[in-house]
Amino acid sequence: MLLAAPAIDIDQPFVNAALGLIAFTLVMTVGVMYATWYERKIVARMQYRLGPTRTGPFGLLQPIADTFKLLTKEDLRPATADFVAFELAVFLIFIPALMVFVAVPFTADWFISAIPLSLLYILAVSGLSFIGFLLAGWGSDSKYALLGGMRAAAQLISYEVPLIMAMVGVVMVTGTVDAYQMILYQDTVPLIVWQPLGFMIFLIASIAEVERPPFDIPTGESEVAGGVFIEYSGIRWSMFQLSSYVNMYAFALLGAFVFMGGWEWPFGTDVGWGLQLLLTVVKMSLFIVFYLWVRASFPRLRPDQLMSYAWKVLIPFSLAQIFFNGFIIVYDLPDVAYLISSGLLTVGLGYSAIFIVRRGEPRKPLQMVPARATARKPEPEPAVVAAAEGAAT
Amino acid sequence: MTEVFFYIFAATVIAGGLGVVLLRNIVYSALTLIASLMGVAGIYILLSVEFLALVQVLIYGGAVMVLILFALMLTRTRELKDNLDGDQKPLAAVAALALLGSFIAAITQTTWPRDVNQITTVPFNDIGNALFERWAVPFEIASGVLLVALVGAIIIAMQEEGER
Repeated sequence: MLLAAPAIDIDQPFVNAALGLIAFTLVMTVGVMYATWYERKIVARMQYRLGPTRTGPFGLLQPIADTFKLLTKEDLRPATADFVAFELAVFLIFIPALMVFVAVPFTADWFISAIPLSLLYILAVSGLSFIGFLLAGWGSDSKYALLGGMRAAAQLISYEVPLIMAMVGVVMVTGTVDAYQMILYQDTVPLIVWQPLGFMIFLIASIAEVERPPFDIPTGESEVAGGVFIEYSGIRWSMFQLSSYVNMYAFALLGAFVFMGGWEWPFGTDVGWGLQLLLTVVKMSLFIVFYLWVRASFPRLRPDQLMSYAWKVLIPFSLAQIFFNGFIIVYDLPDVAYLISSGLLTVGLGYSAIFIVRRGEPRKPLQMVPARATARKPEPEPAVVAAAEGAAT
Repeated sequence: MTEVFFYIFAATVIAGGLGVVLLRNIVYSALTLIASLMGVAGIYILLSVEFLALVQVLIYGGAVMVLILFALMLTRTRELKDNLDGDQKPLAAVAALALLGSFIAAITQTTWPRDVNQITTVPFNDIGNALFERWAVPFEIASGVLLVALVGAIIIAMQEEGER
């Protein structure tokens, strides 16, 4: 058991935690390699393609080939780049992404450290990565990178607010910020039932936090040419990609144990670590498949839509959720009241999203535009038609 | 072990603070400020107020630093790289030392209500109860002040946009 609880080795908790982190980093690296394979396969299937097929059975060796390609690539740095900021940025994104997992309980006994305030810890640490994005953007000395870095920071800071507010709602219901206690609370009913609005806000805000499509505005190829990654190559670029996927795993895990009951629901605490690990992984995978599905389904948002959605829709609704939760706690209403208030707010969220985000846009009738210029036969000019008619008569 | 960590964190705080003042590149100063604030968070953990430590990371490491970095990177910081030092360096040193002396005097002269060598752990729930029940009115007033500041900032920004 690599990720042993500190209780096993009380004398050396630091050594224990360090070993756990190293083992976890290695596991995560392989996990991320195969996440890229999985993403390519899933998205290919959704787009009626095959995805990687040539390397190994089902293209299973593709991530290994990719890794070697990336590691052996020339490591370039622009001559005008700021050395310290450029080099440091990679680590300032990579390290917070991995630090999140210190507080994540994988099963009832598998965690690196049991922090009593683990939910707060996860949110605080995952919020640090924007420093790396800003530094990478500024240090690259490239306009696209700077724009991408600014967009990344603005997006991360905006969506962190509704994310934390959704978590506050959950904390009000469970009465704890300890992830472990929170999982135990979901013994019979997972929190997604009591807090569907919190779940929806978490789902949307977490896609924005991991900067995946349709919220990949900071790294959009067509707008900022890859954003902060533009000047990075080889191993540094792959570390950016790695931390992006690690973040995706982190938020999938967070969603799995905050809203879906983690290892507790529906089998209880005493089923042994094997089944518990399986439950955690299955729930995490559900989130990851959702992220990939959304990526394959939706076009990228515009920056103003992104901002107005966070500030005008998600934050007011998460505040309303907190207000209703407080009301229910103060007047000691039954748990069903959570479901009713949160469910009604969820419906309102879906309804208002369209109206608030698209308000102010000019109402245009739907126009049919040909997909390509050649898709429609060019209509003959009137003069040509008249000439042809004249020739015929 | 705890003592070792205390010295590491204390060194981080002091080195970070010196870096903020002494480094010529203002973005590096912001970076060392982050290091310094994280060191303070570490000292909070050693004092077993994990909640304050995490809030320090969340608010100072997150929200405050993003403001500072945004401001630095969106203005032309590279052009004022060389002109950050003035002739008033000795005066500043005297002022800083005077402040340090008064702090040390205040800390050593005060009779503290509890035994300072003993760390009293404050449960997270007690902080919440104190904030929302015992001290609810000051808390609300503080949030009202912040709200006014927020609205004021928006109004000022809107006026500037209209003037252009």
